[in-house]
Amino acid sequence: MQVFIQQIFNGIFLGSIYALLALGYTMVYGIIGLINFAHGDVYMIGAFIGFYLITSLHLNFWVTLILTMAACALIGMLIEFLAYRPLRHHGAPKITALITAIGVSFLLENGMTFLFGGDSRPFPQAIKLVTYHIGFLDVTNIQILIFVVAVALMIALQFIVQKTKMGRAMRAVSVDTEAASIVGIKVDQTISFTFAIGSALAGAAGVLIGLYYNSIDPLMGMTPGIKAFIAAVVGGIGVIPGAALGGWLIGLIETLTYSIGISSWKDAAVYAVLILVLLVRPTGIFGKKEGEKV
Amino acid sequence: MKRVKQLAAMIGLFSLMAIVLSGCAAKAKATGNDSKGSEVLVGVNIELSGSAASYGQATLKGINYAAEQINDSGGIKVNGKQMKLKLITKDDTSNNYQTAMASSNLASSAKVSAIVGPCVSASFAAALPKATEAAVPTVAPAGTADTLTQKKDGSVQPDAFRTCYTDSYQGVILAHYAYNDLKADTVAILGDKTSDYSAGLIKAFKGAYKGKIVDTQYYQAGDKDFNATITKLKNEKFKALFVPGYYNEAGLIIKQARQAGIKAAILGPDGFSDDTLFKLAGKENVTDVYYTNHFDATAPANDKVRPFVNSYKKKFKEEPSGFTALGYDAVFMIKEAMEKRQSTNSIEVAKGLAELKDFEGVTGTMTMDRLHNPKKDVIVVKFNHGVKVSAKAVR
Repeated sequence: MQVFIQQIFNGIFLGSIYALLALGYTMVYGIIGLINFAHGDVYMIGAFIGFYLITSLHLNFWVTLILTMAACALIGMLIEFLAYRPLRHHGAPKITALITAIGVSFLLENGMTFLFGGDSRPFPQAIKLVTYHIGFLDVTNIQILIFVVAVALMIALQFIVQKTKMGRAMRAVSVDTEAASIVGIKVDQTISFTFAIGSALAGAAGVLIGLYYNSIDPLMGMTPGIKAFIAAVVGGIGVIPGAALGGWLIGLIETLTYSIGISSWKDAAVYAVLILVLLVRPTGIFGKKEGEKV
Repeated sequence: MKRVKQLAAMIGLFSLMAIVLSGCAAKAKATGNDSKGSEVLVGVNIELSGSAASYGQATLKGINYAAEQINDSGGIKVNGKQMKLKLITKDDTSNNYQTAMASSNLASSAKVSAIVGPCVSASFAAALPKATEAAVPTVAPAGTADTLTQKKDGSVQPDAFRTCYTDSYQGVILAHYAYNDLKADTVAILGDKTSDYSAGLIKAFKGAYKGKIVDTQYYQAGDKDFNATITKLKNEKFKALFVPGYYNEAGLIIKQARQAGIKAAILGPDGFSDDTLFKLAGKENVTDVYYTNHFDATAPANDKVRPFVNSYKKKFKEEPSGFTALGYDAVFMIKEAMEKRQSTNSIEVAKGLAELKDFEGVTGTMTMDRLHNPKKDVIVVKFNHGVKVSAKAVR
């Protein structure tokens, strides 16, 4: 039982990272219906930016976190501006945008490998690790930090989407882009903002994961990117609380496959859950039932 | 549609002809290369550029140093004649196509009596067929994959040899070391699900270990979160944790295991030996950690090691690395084979290499087995707080 509870905790910390990433996927999908496969690579770039801010400029962790989020927001906007906006303006089909996203993903992975080499590099330990023994539980300060930062960012995101003017514009664009532009909402600006927020969250996840595992490399975004995408789909793609829940769920499933001794089935279990959820609820756990408009 | 059929028929015909012709070529019995005149030609086909360049360059240092020493002391003595050793070095650029070209060039055009290299197992496998066609023996200084010297049916590749030990052999050594030296009668294994290297090591370890294996868990190359596995392992009783994998994941496993409070000894193969391991794990966590190595100046496998290390250091102002020592031994193995068979004919050199017995190299005293793998000492190094505290030659 004690091991089980410890594993639940492990799963929640791992899931927090998936959740942060899944939010980016879900937001972009919710607004323009694009699965931005380059999202996992923005997370990788965030880790590298954090690495250089700490090792070269000797900034402290919190400053690094905020600067990395800002830098990743810019990168996200840049990717949207260069890769997706021209397609949208030409009225290209959605599949073209999806293929472009995969292209951008490869470009970032291979570009970073070319520039920095493919080896893992140790992420500086900007915060000294302390392990707390609470009863039978072992929890580190970094795990708590990851959880707290993730939850704080999710709450901030929910606030932005529900309470601010920009959030209202985002929701309007997601319902009907054309109608939104008719009532005076700047669609391009709103989409750009969505990419900025999603990428900032990915950047934060990158720095947190660097600090947690102490190891970063140019291909680190691939697997978490796919897991986060699954988390978003399981939670109901386009639904923000769904992405958070999906992230934690995936983290827990992965961890629990270890605790029952079938570690080789870790990834298979995640996909099995994806298939099961989609069979029962095709739009995800929190997804709304909606038919395609004709 | 008709066009397509014609094309397919033509391709089929050509490939049939190619198969028949190549069959003929293989049947024409190779007579081997003889070194004429006063020089023995030995080819070096090695990674001097590309992704494995650091291995190749370190190995080449040892190869060149061995040739220099041999020539300084009179060369190779065959049939009462002193012959100088001449190396012909080709860069295989860490590329499987280039490596086959280089091998073909050395064996068929330059007509060398033997070839050393390449270092990387995959490159060696790509280079071997061209050398075998011309019946020129090839010595892998550092390729540890079990399959290198074997054909698919398990029989020996007649012209493939190696200086280093194999992956399965180091698995056996680690099993013995854990049980006999560490007195660990229980172990847990945490291996890489995606690599042949890891699978081979686990199989060998399980076959040779006399104690109890309490659990075997797997990860995937590229994984970074091992907390779940470690939480599970933490509640099982074992005295040593065997991690058959490479430094990237091993470094993180060591870090996360030590942070979770696992105090058991951690054992690994030669895949551990890279400075990145210490950086990823954090120096203080690399305590009670053991791994196998090919060579260690502080754990002399025999009396040859000290003079080699001293003279090398004097000349190059640096310590010889494991790769350098392996390259050095590969050249001396070829010399020994030639002198034993009293011939520089490549077919005779291959026989000589296959018969090597109690050959004293700086990486150990070796005897070739049926599959052309040397049986020799394996060095096991121990680390505390990221610092090497001991090294021991284990058999």
